[in-house]
Amino acid sequence: MNLRHDRIAQSKPLIFLLCLLPLGWLAWSTTQGQLGPDPVARLEHETGIWALRILLATLAITPLRHFSGWLASIRYRRMLGLFAFFYASLHLLIYLVVDLGGFWSQIFGEIAKRPYITVGFLAWLLMIPLAITSTKGMMRRLGRQWQRLHRLVYLIGVCACLHFLWQVKYGETIAVLEPVAYAAIFVALMLARVPAWLRRRTAATRTSVRPSR
Amino acid sequence: MTKRSIPQLPPSTITPEAIYLRRRELLKGLALVPALLAGCGGQGEALSAAASSDDPSGTPLDFSSNSAYSTKEAKTSQHDATHYNNYYEFGTDKADPARNSARFKPSPWNVEISGHAEMTGNFTLEDLLKPHALEERVYRLRCVEAWSMVIPWIGFPLGDLLKRFKPTSQAKYVAFKTVARPSEMPGLSYPVLDWPYREGLRIDEAMHPLTILAVGLYGRSLPAQNGAPLRLVVPWKYGFKGIKSIVGIEFTEQQPKTSWNLSAADEYGFYSNVNPEVSHPRWSQATERRIAGDGFSLLGNRLKTLPFNGYAEQVAALYAGMDLRKNY
Repeated sequence: MNLRHDRIAQSKPLIFLLCLLPLGWLAWSTTQGQLGPDPVARLEHETGIWALRILLATLAITPLRHFSGWLASIRYRRMLGLFAFFYASLHLLIYLVVDLGGFWSQIFGEIAKRPYITVGFLAWLLMIPLAITSTKGMMRRLGRQWQRLHRLVYLIGVCACLHFLWQVKYGETIAVLEPVAYAAIFVALMLARVPAWLRRRTAATRTSVRPSR
Repeated sequence: MTKRSIPQLPPSTITPEAIYLRRRELLKGLALVPALLAGCGGQGEALSAAASSDDPSGTPLDFSSNSAYSTKEAKTSQHDATHYNNYYEFGTDKADPARNSARFKPSPWNVEISGHAEMTGNFTLEDLLKPHALEERVYRLRCVEAWSMVIPWIGFPLGDLLKRFKPTSQAKYVAFKTVARPSEMPGLSYPVLDWPYREGLRIDEAMHPLTILAVGLYGRSLPAQNGAPLRLVVPWKYGFKGIKSIVGIEFTEQQPKTSWNLSAADEYGFYSNVNPEVSHPRWSQATERRIAGDGFSLLGNRLKTLPFNGYAEQVAALYAGMDLRKNY
């Protein structure tokens, strides 16, 4: 393909750099001591929230294609998904190494016993197979199974939203607004898929066998 | 090479031995997140310089230091202790209290003393404070959210004040109330808690010499965000027991209702003694992240939480025979 006319290929490095901006900002703030009195808590919060934001951006691609007809936008999806995994990994790493570092016995107890940490950890675990199978070669090899496998992203979204909601103190009507807003965006992105699903279902029943691309 | 040519390092810049001994481990951690942690080692000096600058709010106080009750652990910087606060009447973000409390007027101030005591009534702050000599107590402060600080409070034993009102034999508990002024405290517009904020102690806890009423920190009067002009400090209990900006003290026969307990009884008990054995339903209390020391460090901040926040020797006897799992 001629790169000069391929807008998506041209803009990918830009999106890549945009996705690195939060990391750059956090690194700069860290070196400048701009993260406040409890920098570890701040780093955990910021890497977590960016993982969730980019995950939601990934999930926004399909509805965007349906409603705008901008079909080529799907070519951004893998990079966004991998960046969501990148920030989620950073989030987990900071929690394990920087925050809990040295208190290894507590780590297993926390993951096993604290529901909000369990679901957060589960979300990260489920991202691993998706990251591994994100290459063109794996897509080809897995064929139809690839799409099935990658539907795990919906479960990852549920786990990520729960992980965020669950740590708000009961009765905190203000603090709960942020995770509720993210959960609402997730639900909206799921609902936006319903018309296409319904259309596909009726189409599938009409023509029982139809080759998918 | 002569030894004389080596410049003396101020103690604050010396790496604690515990961190030094873990240096390989720490470096591994650094290698994993290189961009994030790059350069963090060199930031100590710049930040401690900023933190040690005097807070312009607050007036200097006259006090003696009470070293018998004070810890020698590294103190939290004054800036951190006054800019990282849970005081929901000014907002739920930890930066909100410092940001949103400029309109708060800690003077004139009255405190209503009521309930089972021979003397009750409405007293000015000046009358309440007059007979008490102020002393400095450097206490550990353990937040229920699993972070901690070391703060030099200026205050006096609560028991000394309570005794002046001659509580009767029916005074089994002491209930405290925070001021509620919506025009000065923007957080009150939101129903986060059932305002006004309320706390309480058993009378023997209130009379314990470690329990103080604080009027200042770091040698100066309390800033609004730390509970001006008068607050409770109970170092062996979670921080939320230390009620701020007190306008009411009542001697009661029944255990008083407390704000966080009313909000989530299974998460916040009446006693709320620091206890590494009893987890908060959603997180462990076994360890804590210490916010203290000069400068800034990402690694090595986590400590084991001690029973009664390290004050077991002084206060454990208060709870002899009590099931501390049930009475969390």
